[in-house]
Amino acid sequence: MAVEKDIAMNPAIELQGINKDYGHFQLKDVSMVVPKGYITGLIGPNGAGKSTIIKMIMGMVIPDQGEIKRNGQRYISDEGSFKETIGYVSDENIFYDFLTLNEIIKMTAPFYKTWNTEHLRQMMEVFQLSGNQKMRDCSKGMKMKFAIALAMARKPQILILDEPTAGLDPVFRRDLLDLFNEYILDESRSILFSTHNTDDLDRIADYVTFINRGRVVFSDIKDEIIDRYVVVKGNPELLDADIRQELVGIRESDHGFEGLSSDRSRAVALFGDSVFYERPTLEDIMYFTSKGERRFGQSEAIYT
Amino acid sequence: MKAVKTIHLNIILSHSSGEPIYVQIEKQIRQCIMQGMLKPGDPLPSIRQLARNLGISVITTKRAYNELENQGLIDSIVGRGSFVSGSNMEMIREQRLRWVEDKVRELLEECRNIPLDVNELIEMIKLLDREES
Repeated sequence: MAVEKDIAMNPAIELQGINKDYGHFQLKDVSMVVPKGYITGLIGPNGAGKSTIIKMIMGMVIPDQGEIKRNGQRYISDEGSFKETIGYVSDENIFYDFLTLNEIIKMTAPFYKTWNTEHLRQMMEVFQLSGNQKMRDCSKGMKMKFAIALAMARKPQILILDEPTAGLDPVFRRDLLDLFNEYILDESRSILFSTHNTDDLDRIADYVTFINRGRVVFSDIKDEIIDRYVVVKGNPELLDADIRQELVGIRESDHGFEGLSSDRSRAVALFGDSVFYERPTLEDIMYFTSKGERRFGQSEAIYT
Repeated sequence: MKAVKTIHLNIILSHSSGEPIYVQIEKQIRQCIMQGMLKPGDPLPSIRQLARNLGISVITTKRAYNELENQGLIDSIVGRGSFVSGSNMEMIREQRLRWVEDKVRELLEECRNIPLDVNELIEMIKLLDREES
């Protein structure tokens, strides 16, 4: 596919061999790319390292080892002009609680050369946000909407959002995903967003990076990942030690098992007609992979 | 604005059918071309525009277009977009007939296994055809 060339030629952001040791938690040899002109999703369970990676891209966390290239450059002498091209939405509220939205806008605008008040007003209207409201009176979802509007209204080249859909209702969530799709229409803008709501990515993501316990499980074109994996469902008698080894993760009950194989053709060769095959969702892949590594809940129940 | 001939293209996607999205797009556009709803030379929506309208990944859409291009059904011209190809209609029909032939072969194989007489099969086909139309 011609698409693959795009990654090599045009990464908006590139992480290579990143290591970071926090003692209780490590990022190990993390490499990933945010290709220019596409939507990249960063998925992983809670505490997998998603936010740390995003903070590294933003320069808020310094890696022990490895390099981060932004717009193809390793060091950016002019950090300010780089930040100008990025719109960042944190997963926490980073604004002063006691200010109104209008006051926050007035405070933020001078930091940027390109500021589009008119577009911001427009977005706030669509998002149903009132400028006179104090931050502390906003709901979690409204705070997130405001942060998104503030980041997007400047139309930055790269949009980086940490769990943007977390506190949002399903209606607005879908509208937001539509907006993301529209945002990359012009081919030059890129979006990276982390989520544990993998439904968000099943449809719109072009690339997906999956982080589990500080390591990259995969970082690839979403469609190719989905094609590679397969969910198998069958009778528990089929599961012997060898078969268990073949599966990334298994969920067993008295009535049958479900497992994930990372190699569709191998699974078909192995199981033939004896099981039921299903196209996985990203959630299936995330679930079975983290389950497989944790070996949690395999036959022993917590509440007995 | 240049006056561009706009075409009407209906694409309906199912996210729960288990069939890959790119295959669904490819099939539906192919059907439009086969049935003459899209004529040779007709412009298709740009990949990004279609992805946006359908609310899906750009790469998924690109893959569907690539497949159609490989089948000789559409031509993509850098900077201008994709158009329904006029060159290949005869070959497409041939290919589809061959595909039907293969299916019939499979069907006959099944019938021999049951066994079911060819005439009975033909009756069954006629009956089903009447029911569906």
